[in-house]
Amino acid sequence: MVQSTASASETIIEIVGLHKWFGDFHVLKDINLQVNRGERIVICGPSGSGKSTLIRCINRLEEHQRGKIVVDNIELTKDIKNIEKIRTEVGMVFQHFNLFPHLTILENLTLGPIWVRKTARAEAEEIAMYYLEKVHIAEQAHKYPGQLSGGQQQRVAIARSLCMKPKVMLFDEPTSALDPEMVKEVLDVMIDLAQEGMTMLVVSHEMGFARSVAHRVLFMDYGQILEQNSPEEFFNNPGHDRSKLFLSQILH
Amino acid sequence: MEKSAETVGSVDLKPPASDVGALGWIKTNLFNTPFNSFLTLLILLCLYKTVPPFIKWAFLGGVWFTNGAQCKVAEGACWSVVTQNLRFILFGFYPYEQQWRPAVAIVLLIGFLLYSRERRHWNRKLLVAWPLGLAVMGFIMRGGIFGLPVVETTKWSGIILTLLLAIFGLTAAYPLGVLLALGRRSQLPAIKMLSVIYIELIRGVPLISLLFMASVMFPLFLPEGITVDKILRAQVAIILFTAAYIAEVVRGGLQAIPKGQYEAAESLGLDYYQKMRLIILPQALKIVIPPTVSILISAFKDTSLVVIIGLFDLLKTTQVTLSNPEWMGFSAEAYLFISLVYFAGCFSMSNFSRRLEDELRT
Ligand SMILES: Nc1ncnc2c1ncn2[C@@H]1O[C@H](COP(=O)(O)OP(=O)(O)O)[C@@H](O)[C@H]1O
Ligand SMILES: [Mg+2]
Repeated sequence: MVQSTASASETIIEIVGLHKWFGDFHVLKDINLQVNRGERIVICGPSGSGKSTLIRCINRLEEHQRGKIVVDNIELTKDIKNIEKIRTEVGMVFQHFNLFPHLTILENLTLGPIWVRKTARAEAEEIAMYYLEKVHIAEQAHKYPGQLSGGQQQRVAIARSLCMKPKVMLFDEPTSALDPEMVKEVLDVMIDLAQEGMTMLVVSHEMGFARSVAHRVLFMDYGQILEQNSPEEFFNNPGHDRSKLFLSQILH
Repeated sequence: MEKSAETVGSVDLKPPASDVGALGWIKTNLFNTPFNSFLTLLILLCLYKTVPPFIKWAFLGGVWFTNGAQCKVAEGACWSVVTQNLRFILFGFYPYEQQWRPAVAIVLLIGFLLYSRERRHWNRKLLVAWPLGLAVMGFIMRGGIFGLPVVETTKWSGIILTLLLAIFGLTAAYPLGVLLALGRRSQLPAIKMLSVIYIELIRGVPLISLLFMASVMFPLFLPEGITVDKILRAQVAIILFTAAYIAEVVRGGLQAIPKGQYEAAESLGLDYYQKMRLIILPQALKIVIPPTVSILISAFKDTSLVVIIGLFDLLKTTQVTLSNPEWMGFSAEAYLFISLVYFAGCFSMSNFSRRLEDELRT
């Protein structure tokens, strides 16, 4: 297991009494969650339980109706400048990569630093190449996303987020759209990232990954967090009936 | 035969002779089914009936540089109607001795267009050079500086007017259309509603009625003593009209961009303008190049509708020429000529768009 680097002191994300509705549908119900700097959390639960919605609220891809979300001491309000500030500090990796198909890999990576961080182009390219090396894909820098395999695209997507030097990384089922033989190359990159102490919230059903890097596993169902536990406890001795049922379904 | 059976699998065989070469091509493409053979023969017959007579009329029997009287006794086409009236057809009522000025302006314009065709020439300098170039062309045409006599815009006619309406019409309508498309998808209800009303109102009326409004009704609303140039009014009508159509095409392109692209752009912290300019519009506008160019091509041809409000564009100067008793009756030749001019314009646009699409393919 990766050594715990979380310092209990510093809170980077604080969610208090969060509720969200899609129309009449109550998708998140009274969510309370505190994430410390350097902490790594894996969120699992059945499809439709609200996992994506929860992490998408953290960078305001979804708007919440009640409760409070504070990221890096900035509260998420309607103020668009606040929202953009938080988004520059929070990286997001999507299930379907969402690379920009009209830009080369390198341009995908330098876009954020150049336009949002106002970094000079040469420096932005240097940073981009550094992270491309890190995800073992530097030789593809001048190709377009359409020319890469799924696993390669997802590693580029991770590198794209990292170029913004985020304080938190959100992952929404980063490996579930991949062919089985490509899952490992993406998880390896994420494990590297964990070892460097990145704060991570990962929606994933990759149990091996959860066991080796997570400090905490959250189990969600019906828009609620039903269980929070250490990975060992959660997998060996789940505390909630729904968790037991869920684990028995995905492990067999 | 036996030999080929042995080599199957180890050596690539040549296709049967009947499938290659010119004969093979004809067989597989023109006579592959009885129905296709029938169509091929039918088309050959039509060509035989039309092409030789046309060549005989246009070239063998045609006269090129005669006066009207000689034309009347010629066997074939009277191209003289074009050659003898070329300067009037192209430049209309622009003062005769000054017509080198519009000629220079057109050469400049064509130079600019040819240079801008290459995507590798696109940069900030070119973006500045365009308005400057257009201003220079305007000054050359209008005069009043460097000792050039002033020529009022009321005298601007012929191909000059057509090109003026087309170039400014298309370049202004495109960005306006993009803005309207963004407006129609805006989160702000007021902007959205204004865009919808504008687009639907404009699309609901024919261009001709807009031109009439611009030329007849609009001046009634102006305070006394203030006049707005008639060409400018027609120009604005064309821009407003074309923009509404472009807006709808661009909106279609915007809808084709997956939500994930918006979300990826937003989660990098890009603001609305950066997101649209860097991520969404480049993809959306690329998708809609073909329908956009269709609109631009028809807008180019629709500039000829300004004859309705008494402006003398290329079509009108041709008609004026044909109403001269000396040249009456040679409308086929004259209209063929201006068709060629319009075709050259439209074909270059469509060619350019095809090249652009190829180059932008990723
Ligand atoms: N934009 C939306 N509009 C309406 N309902 C939505 C929307 N997005 C998600 N939902 C619904 O909210 C519920 C939770 O979705 P989601 O957070 O994506 O679940 P999970 O990621 O856990 O599978 C699902 O029932 C889904 O159908
Ligand atoms: Mg999900």
